[in-house]
Amino acid sequence: MAEATLRVFRGDSNGGQTVDYRVPIAPGMVVLDALHHIQGHLAPDLAVRWNCKAGKCGSCSAEVNGRPRLTCKTRMDDLPQDQPITVLPMKSFPRIKDLVTDVSWNYRVNRKIPAFEPRPGTDWKISQLDVDRVQEFRKCIECFLCQDMCHVLREHDQKEKFGGPRFFVRIAGLEMHPLDGRNRNALLKDELGLGLCNITKCCTEVCPEEIRITDNAIIPLKERVVDEFYDPLTRMFRKIRGK
Amino acid sequence: MTPSAWSSPRATSGAYLDISQKPAEYVKKKLPSMYHQFKELADVDITKGPMEVGPTCHYVMGGIRVDAETAESTVPGLFAAGEAAAGLHGANRLGGNSLSDLLVFGRRAGLAAAQHAKRVSAPSMDNSQIESAEKELLAPFSNSGTESPYAVHRDLQELMQNLVGIFRTEADLGKALVELEKLRARAAKAGVEGSRLFNPGWHLSYDLKSMLTVSEAVAQSALARTESRGAHSRIDFPKLDPLWEKKHNIIVKEAGAMKRRESPVEEMPGELQQILAAD
Repeated sequence: MAEATLRVFRGDSNGGQTVDYRVPIAPGMVVLDALHHIQGHLAPDLAVRWNCKAGKCGSCSAEVNGRPRLTCKTRMDDLPQDQPITVLPMKSFPRIKDLVTDVSWNYRVNRKIPAFEPRPGTDWKISQLDVDRVQEFRKCIECFLCQDMCHVLREHDQKEKFGGPRFFVRIAGLEMHPLDGRNRNALLKDELGLGLCNITKCCTEVCPEEIRITDNAIIPLKERVVDEFYDPLTRMFRKIRGK
Repeated sequence: MTPSAWSSPRATSGAYLDISQKPAEYVKKKLPSMYHQFKELADVDITKGPMEVGPTCHYVMGGIRVDAETAESTVPGLFAAGEAAAGLHGANRLGGNSLSDLLVFGRRAGLAAAQHAKRVSAPSMDNSQIESAEKELLAPFSNSGTESPYAVHRDLQELMQNLVGIFRTEADLGKALVELEKLRARAAKAGVEGSRLFNPGWHLSYDLKSMLTVSEAVAQSALARTESRGAHSRIDFPKLDPLWEKKHNIIVKEAGAMKRRESPVEEMPGELQQILAAD
């Protein structure tokens, strides 16, 4: 039977190294299958997060051959088999063990975002066009691959100042909801560092749900923030009207 | 059904599901997830050809016995809702009802649990029970070199799939109970290595105990229910039995061992009967 080598990170917050494992290959296998084989036969204490194995829960995020991927959606036959396939934990989050990282920072950011709040007297009807626009953002499975990839977090570790693409998607889904009555522009500008994004679109490249993060969420939000806070005509009118 | 990741386009046996007679746009609109999964993981375009399907365990209708209003189990202060709890869906759950079940009974369980917590004071705990639970939890670390929890798990999956699957017979179920005993002995010797930090092998060696209990409960109840009803199909008893219509199987622990008791199905309350009659 054909075999491949998986080079998997073993270690914890203090350090570690990669270890090579030989894994038999079957047609249709994904990287998560290979990790399960290692757990079941070679290294029973290999720490791996996974759940649905169907690309829906967002648990199995890792970096395969240098790219942030869901291991349950990465086919073994998409990867070159003649050299070791590296599987590393997500770089942007603190390591717990092996491939498991601490992603709790994301949930702390989420708590800063005010929830959907309808305007008083709302008529609960939405057009299909508005639904379609917002539905794209709600496809997010919170795999945090976009957060892992974004250089503002990954290379510059700006977690105190920057919410990250995932939360710009969430806020876009709220701001563009036609029945929502809140304004989150100040939050975006001051606390979540929307201005730090320089639209290199790496987040869009790794999203497993193919959400057009930069084009459909981040750029429109930037336009709204600029309109409210940086448009010279708007500022002049505000001064005249004494606001 | 699950997309078969192991099929080849020229497979000569297997069960196939074909909706390609419907327009491609209709299929993509109604089944977007399925379309993408088959395309990405199996190179199968379900708008153009059939997809191979196979049976798998998807949902358990049985579970923890709870009170219908409060979701409280027979253990005071222990609440259960959703798939873990039994009785809501009868012999076969309708599609989509699992999600509604969680929302309704999850909320009920939460409300009742909060009320319970307000009413009772903290129970006193027996330290010796805690110590023996700790000892049992840590036992796999001293069992190293004997049995792999993953091997026991694999064999349990194989056993249940083959002998307590969709179509059941008395002989298969009887054999399953014998084999489960052997697996229980192996699970007691399951050993793990490494640290206690996020050790899946260790978690599995602990979970095996519950898996084996549930498997035995399923097999015992399936053996006793000599009829076919809903998801429970007996090849040797293919028809509904009006006597079994009125009975539940209840699994209890008596003198440290598993016992099966029968309990009558309660009469449906008058107001619910009226609602059904009005349909």
